[in-house]
Amino acid sequence: MTAVDRGRLPVPGAEPAFVFPTATRSRLENGLGIWTVRRDQLPLVSVVVLLPAGAACDPVDEAGLAAITADMLDEGSGDRSAIQMQEALARIGTDLDTEVGSDAVGLSMVLLERFLPGGLQLLADMVCRPRLADADVARVRDLRMNRLRQLRDSPPVTAEAVFAGLLYGTHAYGHLPIGTSASLERIGTSAIASFHDRAYRPSRTTIIAVGAVEHAAFERMVGDTFGAWTCSPPGGSGETGAAQSPMPAADRARLLIVDRPGAAQTELRIGHVAVPRKTPDFHALVLLNAALGGHFMSRINLNLRERKGYTYGARSAFDFRRQAGPFSVQTSVQTGATADSVREVLGELEAIRGPRPVTEDELVLSKSTLTKGYPRSFETTGQVARGLAQLALYDLSDDTFATFGPRVRALSAADVTAAGRAHLDPARIAVVAVGDRARIEDDVRSLGIGDPEIVANVL
Amino acid sequence: MPVSGQYTPGQRHVPTQRLDIPFRKQVFDNGLEVVVHEDHACPIVAVNVWYHVGSKDEVPGRTGFAHLFEHLMFEGSAHHDTGYFEPLQQAGGTLNGSTNTDRTNYWEVVPSNALDLALWMESDRMGYLLPALTEQKFVNQRDVVLNERRQNYENRPYGMASLAMTETLFPSTHPYHWSTIGAPDDLRAATVDDVRAFFRRYYHPANASLVIAGDVDSDAAFEAARAYFGGIPAGDPPDIVAPPPRHAAAARWVIEDRVELARLYLGWLTPAMFADGDAELDVLADALASGKASRLYRALVYDQRVATEVAAYQNSRELGSYFQVVATAVPGVSLATLEAAVRREIARVVGEDLDADEIERALAMTESSFVGRLQSVGGFGGTSDQLNSYNVFLGDPEYFSRDLERYRQATTVRIRKAAAAFLQEPHSVTLSVVPGGQTALAADDSTPMVVA
Repeated sequence: MTAVDRGRLPVPGAEPAFVFPTATRSRLENGLGIWTVRRDQLPLVSVVVLLPAGAACDPVDEAGLAAITADMLDEGSGDRSAIQMQEALARIGTDLDTEVGSDAVGLSMVLLERFLPGGLQLLADMVCRPRLADADVARVRDLRMNRLRQLRDSPPVTAEAVFAGLLYGTHAYGHLPIGTSASLERIGTSAIASFHDRAYRPSRTTIIAVGAVEHAAFERMVGDTFGAWTCSPPGGSGETGAAQSPMPAADRARLLIVDRPGAAQTELRIGHVAVPRKTPDFHALVLLNAALGGHFMSRINLNLRERKGYTYGARSAFDFRRQAGPFSVQTSVQTGATADSVREVLGELEAIRGPRPVTEDELVLSKSTLTKGYPRSFETTGQVARGLAQLALYDLSDDTFATFGPRVRALSAADVTAAGRAHLDPARIAVVAVGDRARIEDDVRSLGIGDPEIVANVL
Repeated sequence: MPVSGQYTPGQRHVPTQRLDIPFRKQVFDNGLEVVVHEDHACPIVAVNVWYHVGSKDEVPGRTGFAHLFEHLMFEGSAHHDTGYFEPLQQAGGTLNGSTNTDRTNYWEVVPSNALDLALWMESDRMGYLLPALTEQKFVNQRDVVLNERRQNYENRPYGMASLAMTETLFPSTHPYHWSTIGAPDDLRAATVDDVRAFFRRYYHPANASLVIAGDVDSDAAFEAARAYFGGIPAGDPPDIVAPPPRHAAAARWVIEDRVELARLYLGWLTPAMFADGDAELDVLADALASGKASRLYRALVYDQRVATEVAAYQNSRELGSYFQVVATAVPGVSLATLEAAVRREIARVVGEDLDADEIERALAMTESSFVGRLQSVGGFGGTSDQLNSYNVFLGDPEYFSRDLERYRQATTVRIRKAAAAFLQEPHSVTLSVVPGGQTALAADDSTPMVVA
């Protein structure tokens, strides 16, 4: 038995090599993109259908239209009723996972290999021929209304919704995908059918398969199921809704309170509009965020959780989207620590822009965290499929994964500071606090962000 | 390659694959059980340690302690006293831990070049935690846990319902009566001396199981494990908590909460994890409420439109499980209406067999989930975690390959028998959670309950 040296930590040897997945691509005649990566370890295939028809396509007064349209897809098709559709899905051991984001809708299924043809047939029926029966629309809309009523009780969701509105106003990113009870009230079957017609188009759709299937075989299956999908009129960008409205520019800091009498904690969102995914500073901002609030050892978490004991956890994130997405710090803190938590977070944002730039240790830790663990994000078929969907959604090149590590490693502390100075701006910070107004309002006044504005829950 | 055997395309009813996870197991002289599984698909390796201790091992007055202790395991040990996360994250690893009623688990997933580092760190806290323990660390982590309780229970809609259900289903003498998060007063009463005693009793090789899974060579992994853990002194295996007799008293409670929609919880005590009836009730839960074609979803949400959502599950635990149905009412609908609708469907599955088609659907979902669970070597629910689960609860990591069989044996007759034996109305707990001031929405004859 080798003796263990407890005097020092083992130093890892050379990093293991890893070949990042590259998709094989082709296109059907109707324009539908087909991407595959073969993985044969398990008799399983993850399928993602990516439709760039997310909440940013919602018309200004019909927030929630993209989401309810996506929700209606598995409620029957052609002659198949909603229940029959659900039985068919269960029989092949899967369910449809529908994710509605600002920029896109992603439909995912994980299928045992032997059920792949059946799964594709159901997906094609849902995407190309949804039934959209009035009774089903009414039921699904009622369910979403009730869901909204419940979400009103959720401090994180309330904070997200108010924060989005504060940052973006009537711009496409100014509401949550689910919409509001007022906007849902206005949406009926004809609005959904017309949205489906104009936003769901084969030329704008990518279908991705990762797992135990060859590209040629998958392409044949997709041809058999999606090949006849056309739309009238053909072509057209399909871009709709508020996506084209101008991006608002904040000129000052603001602080909003949503009153939640007797709340045990205050839910906080602190941030502002930042940058799109295609920004040349992407890698510098990812690295900056890692040091600032991206992992357990980051500044904001260590400060608020470990040093102050105000919270169970705090994190920050740039939400990179097709257009400029938000930067935000997210945490839930003890009511009495609300003002001080905001003060500490603003202090950290200011500090990392120059007064207290990232140290060599932080730089090394953050780079390591981001790059050495990167292959872990490509372990499962679902992870690879979602990664590829990001490439499709943001028009990123095939070498995006392979160059991530080298590009992050090449950055210096000065690059990170410069990115912070360019893209973090405490002077136009937006703060949303969902908590007990009576116990926090006077305290937050001391922050110097001006008078707190008391607002209603927008959900 | 974790799947062996042949399969026939197009076959619907009886999947022919045998699923297994190839592994080797050794028991070290100090009692530590070590399992190694090779999977070279991704250059990462998972280290997963289970201690067979959970909130069931706590004593009244010190509830929440097993979980509070888990937090202290991340605060440094004798030879690395500056926090657990940094070196592992620096190496590109990810890590976490969790506590439930029955066990506490800790895991790292690291690039395969950092296996030694992960083993060094895990073994240092198994062997040498106490010299690094301070009053300050203890007080900090107690505050973090109190914050966790506020965020995940007190400030979350319906957050206290799960605590109320176990408190009611299990009598005060049963170790599942109290919650894993614990009572705030108990957490405040805990002392550093409690930490020391708890560590000596439960945190040693003879009460632990280590799984190493991923891009490693088995021989090298055993050798490394022996180097790091082999010298840690054996402790005495702690007493096994005996399951108390079943408690069959019915109860009907109501809680007022900061919620918009009233929600109904029904619970029944059921057979322990892996015992006869456990898999049958799992399949039944799927047939009742998994997916929109399930019985309860169809009846309550599609047809009668009295509920916005419904869930059912067999909550499988080591000393005894409970079966739970949770349904949220549409505004204006009382939980009495909802209860009647749920009970009608439960009475149907007690009285008549499920359809063959329902069983086929539930088994297809189960098989998909078994195969899907093999996709990650690490993390919660990954291959390493599953091997540890079978090893700790059954002493047999090999059981994974037979577990799917347990579900395939769940015939319509056996499912109805389990439903009839365990899901009878007189033995159920009924909990109504209603918006403040709206106790009229509660199920009939409910008594107000205050949850600590």
